[in-house]
Amino acid sequence: MALSDKELKEIAYLARINIDKDSFPSLKGELEQILDLFEKLNSAETNEVEAMSHPLNLSQPTRPDEVTEEDQREKLQETAPSVQSGLFLVPKVIEGED
Amino acid sequence: MTVFNESWEAVIGLEIHVQLATNSKLFSGASTNFGALPNTQACNIDLAMPGVLPVLNEEVLKMAVKLGKALNANINSPTSFARKNYFYPDLPKGYQISQMDKPIVEDGFLDIELEDGSTKRIGVTRAHLEEDAGKSLHEDFEGKSGIDLNRSGTPLIEIVSEPEINSPEEAVAYLKSIHSIIRYLEISDGNMAEGSMRCDANVSVRKVGSEELGTRTETKNVNSFRFVEKAIQYEIERQISEIESGNTITQETRLYDSQANTTRPMRTKEYANDYRYFPEPDLLPVVLEDSFIKKTLEQMPEMPNEKKLRFVNEYDLSEYDASLLAADRDLANYFEEVTDESKSAKLSANWIMGELSAELNKENLHILNSKISAKQLGQLIKRIEDSTISGKIAKDVFEKMWSSGNEVDAIIEKEGMQQVTDLSEIESMVSKVIDENPDQLKQYLSGKDRLFGFFVGQVMKESQGKANPTQVNEILKEKLKE
Amino acid sequence: MKLHELSLKEQLNGLKEGSFSSTELTKHYLDRISSFDKDLNSFITVTEESALNQAKESDERYKSNKALPLDGIPIAHKDIFCTEDILTTCGSKMLSNFKAPYSSTVVNNLSSDGVVVLGKTNMDEFAMGSSNETSFFGPVKNPWNKEYVPGGSSGGSAACVSAQLASAATATDTGGSIRQPAALCGLTGIKPTYGRVSRYGMIAFASSLDQGGVLARSAEDSAILLESMSGHDPKDSTSLNEDVPNFLENIDSPIKGMKIGLPKEFFERDLPNHVESSTKEAIETYKDLGAEIHEISLPNVDLSLPVYYIIAPAECSANLSRYDGVRYGYRCEDPKDLEDLYMRTREEGFGSEVKRRILIGTYALSAGYYDAYYLKAQKCRRLVANDFTEAFKSVDLVLSPTTPDTSFKAGEKSDDPIEMYLQDIFTIPANLAGLPGISFPCGNHEGLPLGVQLVGDSLKEAQLFQAAHQFQEATDWHKNLPEVK
Repeated sequence: MALSDKELKEIAYLARINIDKDSFPSLKGELEQILDLFEKLNSAETNEVEAMSHPLNLSQPTRPDEVTEEDQREKLQETAPSVQSGLFLVPKVIEGED
Repeated sequence: MTVFNESWEAVIGLEIHVQLATNSKLFSGASTNFGALPNTQACNIDLAMPGVLPVLNEEVLKMAVKLGKALNANINSPTSFARKNYFYPDLPKGYQISQMDKPIVEDGFLDIELEDGSTKRIGVTRAHLEEDAGKSLHEDFEGKSGIDLNRSGTPLIEIVSEPEINSPEEAVAYLKSIHSIIRYLEISDGNMAEGSMRCDANVSVRKVGSEELGTRTETKNVNSFRFVEKAIQYEIERQISEIESGNTITQETRLYDSQANTTRPMRTKEYANDYRYFPEPDLLPVVLEDSFIKKTLEQMPEMPNEKKLRFVNEYDLSEYDASLLAADRDLANYFEEVTDESKSAKLSANWIMGELSAELNKENLHILNSKISAKQLGQLIKRIEDSTISGKIAKDVFEKMWSSGNEVDAIIEKEGMQQVTDLSEIESMVSKVIDENPDQLKQYLSGKDRLFGFFVGQVMKESQGKANPTQVNEILKEKLKE
Repeated sequence: MKLHELSLKEQLNGLKEGSFSSTELTKHYLDRISSFDKDLNSFITVTEESALNQAKESDERYKSNKALPLDGIPIAHKDIFCTEDILTTCGSKMLSNFKAPYSSTVVNNLSSDGVVVLGKTNMDEFAMGSSNETSFFGPVKNPWNKEYVPGGSSGGSAACVSAQLASAATATDTGGSIRQPAALCGLTGIKPTYGRVSRYGMIAFASSLDQGGVLARSAEDSAILLESMSGHDPKDSTSLNEDVPNFLENIDSPIKGMKIGLPKEFFERDLPNHVESSTKEAIETYKDLGAEIHEISLPNVDLSLPVYYIIAPAECSANLSRYDGVRYGYRCEDPKDLEDLYMRTREEGFGSEVKRRILIGTYALSAGYYDAYYLKAQKCRRLVANDFTEAFKSVDLVLSPTTPDTSFKAGEKSDDPIEMYLQDIFTIPANLAGLPGISFPCGNHEGLPLGVQLVGDSLKEAQLFQAAHQFQEATDWHKNLPEVK
């Protein structure tokens, strides 16, 4: 199953993983091999079959609307790469999803 | 149908995000209180620590069921969650848990009132549950942004309308209707300025009579009813202008700038919007038992439309008055309490919509913070009805009540504002006034009927406003005939 | 007999009887770890100080007659389970500096029963692999032959139990990551019914497939540990709300009349002679024990591999999005903007296998491919699961070889992803269907162990333990353990 360079670049961007130029061709080859595996599914008859997203045939439990967590900021920020005034710092966000 | 620039019509759909007023978050037990210090209400689940899992808050299901009923919609059971994948620092998991197929509420409608008094039905495609993202703060960090995840995980319900809105005014009417409903149901405080209700507008234009839809844009960042109206108006005009200049409309997301009253495109890559939705494997399908739905609906309050109808029937109010009073649940309750006390629905409605609203607006107060309680206003009106004071004097009493907080009777007593209703007293005042104004009397008798008002005014002045106007009128008429 | 040669059950009895203390037992294992693990590399973190403290506390409880069910038994945790304030790396550079702020339910359950935690074991990065060669902390060696791999992703847990550096170890299985290393290292490995063990605090790879389980030296030992680990957890919405039965209750009952199915699709495959013959021998043993052997069919089972390699990468592509250098874990140096932060952190923090799977998963979910791949795979998954449901109408257990061959040399398959994926052809179907599976030793070829697998119906772990235990009463394969030098 062929994967175009453009497709691979787009997927890499969607996954936010940089692929350096040198690894690009071999990675593309490996992915194409894996995609070949998928061809096997084409022969399966699944028209009347319901998709299975869970092995369990159960329904979602719920919890009461109570506050059970206290402020743990200090502990949770102990391993943070960059923190200031209790905020996680990242390079400046211009605009995007909101 | 509203027509723009003589030959265009607008097709508008609104996506309204409502923050649900729960104690804890949608999938974690952290608090949702507003205004806490950064990241003090973000537990390990909200931070997307490795290994954490979501657990569903039962209150949101109740809220969604009530909303569904108020929107005349179907409640889907089972309903399930899906992952919406994208990268942004205020989205800790790198995906948002939302709903795709089988949202909890589907296929509803809302009847909105237009300015001309007519009703229009706007379809509600769906309403689904999802979690809110955190916040990015941009000042004070020298080229960096600070991420606060307190808001991350707060429950939202997104209400999506059919593209059946055709003007900015209709859009606002729809928005106000939703606002009224969510406040009535007490599922949200619907505060656009604070962000507990957010509105995105999908706008496209087409020639009147055309069956095809134009390319639509999505406009965000409108945080008041007024801005929604202005932003949509701007976008409609912009699109018409573009097309008439020979350009095409790009399908894009735009941000509204309230200062400049314009919209401009957001900068994002095209394929970045491939959200790759798939069913959330950490959550199972939610089954809403009939008994659960029934019990929840039993707890629903009377909704604005029903209340309005009841006000018209029970209190004999005009549709207009009933509509205004029923729009806000707290106002409606206030009205009924006043009427209960005063026994006069008409006067109660008038005083609330008149004097009281004026004071509330002047000081930017909500009805719940009114300096005159419903009972107190009711008593004031009672004193007008039983003729203790005239309507005119009542206005003074009202002002004194507002500023002092004292009771009606105490103020009337203290200021000696009782109405003069003693007929002999009024007669003597009328006689006095007539005697003191021979010129006007002569003119009146020779045909200047307008001078009647002058005499009324003089008697009122004589009585320091306390004479009963009706009686003054009657007695004057008689006396003047003589 | 040396302390490490005693089974977990015997150690527990020994502690109860006061034949030795937990401190002695723990020190014994710690000594072995420092002597042998430098070479094997089965541990990422050894928690010596806390282990000795826990052993001391355990001894005190025994003295005052307040012993907990597993008090004083030294075990190891796969480094995929969050352990509060202790390094939890998931075998990745991305979490190489990550001290978990909380402990997983599995860890808490076992600690409440009094175990002593020796440390965190090595694993394939983010549980993706079948040889423990993708770990950021270096490969693990198979104690049977150090040129060979121990299997994966729970290679560290398998190697350490096989080399007797711990009495037993926790592990996880998404496509075979407990059962395959069990087979390659001569151990008993159990993957329970999906939902039996809580996933809270178990770093996610593929949410609808991951399950926590045990690597031990016998069915009995693994049952003891699994019982402690299992149970409903309100923090995990996918955790079963079922009572945990006493897994050992029927373990000594004879299995006469038990029906064992042999899927013809598995046995039609071209397998090396030694795999065929050891499996045949195992089947004969079961016949001798009175089991009925039936041929069954799992007509859609060959779809398992492609189904798995769509669903698991799809789920993992989303599960691993949180590793972005913002709130914890690795962050690239001097990110020049947000894009750079994401792109370089994830390029540098993840190894190649993880990156491959994230990309495949992203592709399978992307617009235009969702229906053909992800949705189609979920439908085919239903077909595979239905085949088992059908099979269990006529048999109690399904038997097959665990792996297509014995272990392989390090480096032999690491350049060929598909070759590596084929390791899991017998184990994957049980994960897709959410069914319990157990692997235990059934032979040895040229110094390397072989394993046989039993898959049971949902919630039937007790039956699996019973069948495996009866086999282990009748054979000695599981008693063979490598001599570590």
